[in-house]
Amino acid sequence: MPAEFAVELRDVVKQFVTPEGANLAAVDHVTMQIRNGEFFSMLGSSGCGKTTSLRMIAGFEWPDEGEVIIEGKPMGHTPPYQRNVNMVFQNYALFQHMTVFENVAFGLEMQRAGRKEIITRVGRSLDMVQLKGLDRRRPRQLSGGQQQRVALARALVNLPAVLLLDEPLGALDLKLRKEMQLELKALQQQLGITFIYVTHDQEEALTMSDRIAVMSLGKVRQMGTPQEIYERPSSRFVAEFIGESNFIDGRMVQISKEAAQVHVPALNMELSATPISGDLVAGEDVIVSIRPEKVQITNSINEMPNHMEGTVEKTVYIGSDTHLIIHTGSQNLKVWEQNRVSRIDPHAFYSSGQKIQLVILPENALIMKRE
Amino acid sequence: MSMLQKLRENRSSQGTLLALPTTFWMVALLVLPLLLTTVISFGKRSPDGEVIYTFTLNNYIRLAGFDPNCPPADGTCFNPLYLQILGRSLSLAFNTTVLVILMAYPLAYFIARSHPRKRNTYLFLVLIPLWTNFVIRVYAWMMLLRKEGVINNLLGLLAGWIGYDFKPLEMLYTQGAVLVGMVYEFLPFMILPIFTSLEKIDNSLYEAAADLGANPIRTFRRVTLPLSLPGVVAGTILVFIPVMGTFIVSDILGGRQVILVGNLIQRQFLDARDPTFGSAASLILMIMTLVVTYFYTRKFGFGEEIVAA
Ligand SMILES: Nc1ncnc2c1ncn2[C@@H]1O[C@H](COP(=O)(O)OP(=O)(O)OP(=O)(O)O)[C@@H](O)[C@H]1O
Ligand SMILES: [Mg+2]
Repeated sequence: MPAEFAVELRDVVKQFVTPEGANLAAVDHVTMQIRNGEFFSMLGSSGCGKTTSLRMIAGFEWPDEGEVIIEGKPMGHTPPYQRNVNMVFQNYALFQHMTVFENVAFGLEMQRAGRKEIITRVGRSLDMVQLKGLDRRRPRQLSGGQQQRVALARALVNLPAVLLLDEPLGALDLKLRKEMQLELKALQQQLGITFIYVTHDQEEALTMSDRIAVMSLGKVRQMGTPQEIYERPSSRFVAEFIGESNFIDGRMVQISKEAAQVHVPALNMELSATPISGDLVAGEDVIVSIRPEKVQITNSINEMPNHMEGTVEKTVYIGSDTHLIIHTGSQNLKVWEQNRVSRIDPHAFYSSGQKIQLVILPENALIMKRE
Repeated sequence: MSMLQKLRENRSSQGTLLALPTTFWMVALLVLPLLLTTVISFGKRSPDGEVIYTFTLNNYIRLAGFDPNCPPADGTCFNPLYLQILGRSLSLAFNTTVLVILMAYPLAYFIARSHPRKRNTYLFLVLIPLWTNFVIRVYAWMMLLRKEGVINNLLGLLAGWIGYDFKPLEMLYTQGAVLVGMVYEFLPFMILPIFTSLEKIDNSLYEAAADLGANPIRTFRRVTLPLSLPGVVAGTILVFIPVMGTFIVSDILGGRQVILVGNLIQRQFLDARDPTFGSAASLILMIMTLVVTYFYTRKFGFGEEIVAA
């Protein structure tokens, strides 16, 4: 019976000694469970411990505490060449003294596969990454994007249980990047291999992943599907790191399982909102997080909950959307409106000083603990 | 102004200009002496040691082991002494180079993989012997290897301790002594180029190999060794060629027992006062070295194809 998880990190700690002599926890009590066949991303800003986590799964580093478990087996000090995982390196790490074919064949040769099998499997994986006909080139004779594909083919040809990818698209230009994102996702679904993908690009993580772990300072801040991460960020940090948000200070007035009331002095009103964490109590200082695209501009002045009036301060046309700054109460709100109708006149819809009506649905106002 | 401008636009005349000083130097100090040596080697020695410029192959015939004054049909005049000297030089150079590679590679590998902060210290230690004069260093080996030398004294002491009847070993003035001296002298010239090419190998290549299932031994065979081969080739050239021509080590540590082509040449010029024969031997030495180097570099390249990621 296959193990439940492809990879598990259990309370893993990895410390490095900095040149100044201090101890730095690059990975700080991280627990993750990555399911079989999942596209799992680690997302976080530079230095948050993504690469270190990946290297511990690959076996290049050993945890100081905790355990890495691959396919149900605790890895301990198992060396990299005995782990059923393969890595696509950020700098590709291609063997310059070998041809493309030899690079891709390397893993199969190490498994002592037969010559015939090597030729068919290398051919197939070069096809898969669209490098047909380049098999006799040296890596130096390829473009960055092509080298990236060689690195991918070299890892995939071994059909590992888990493929580790460390910012594999980091060096490519935007257009190629987008193409490769789609291709990678398609490959992953086609092969059914578990992908663990490291990136600091939130859009990339959102579009490709089944689940995302948002990391910061060696810790996992939140783990969940792209929808969970974006729609229900568990903290101000996550809400800020992924997408944009308005943060308004308030105080809990009343809380039940589903709904809650928050007094917001800056808006001079009580907002009906959705509590994110379970342990909020009445009277507690909180913040309310509202995504800019989720603020609705209405014409009706009826008495809906969370209805307010505001003045347009500033409009920025960005093509698909118009970004507005709306002053309401003593608060400036970022509000994004889609440009559904085409108008050349810049003031066709909104202009500075204009009075408008806003509604924020309770499910779009998220109550978070103040950090 | 216009000349400068022309120069700026014309890349081939830039090259000529840059090569000019070296070309002058090489012509004056290499090509002309070489031509002179060639001419002399076809000459004759006068009874009082002067060169008579003519054209005769006598010197080469003597080198090949025949006496020019002997009738060619008469085989009794054949004496392979000089051929033996050439052969001995070749095999000693070969053995030295192989031993030096075997000793230098692990050390260079160790230095290249050590912490960057310690690396400079290690390289410094490798270079320290070069601060002492070559000849003095060879004499030091004489002190070690002599019959009453350090090694024999220590062994004698040890033998006395365990009550064993010890006769001092004859180490000096043997081929072994010359080999030891050569290896010692030329080790740094192999360590440095191998270190340089090993240091260039990005750590992620070792990791990639391990990741793809190669254990350390296979990683070494498939990644480390091929990528460091240019260093080995460069080191081999730096060691083999001087060892072929050197005469100091064999002079001091080999005495009259181990005569190499270098000693032969030196003696022809200084003791026997026969520059014509010495010139012929020099040319043969050069040709031998060139032939070996040619076939070697044709197989392995010149060490210039250092592949960096
Ligand atoms: N070998 C090492 N020695 C000392 N410190 C290290 C070492 N490797 C990583 N670190 C430190 O550990 C922290 C996490 O590094 P890591 O490479 O995992 O970050 P990352 O999330 O991959 O960042 P990036 O997005 O910039 O690649 C950083 O502060 C880094 O300086
Ligand atoms: Mg990284």
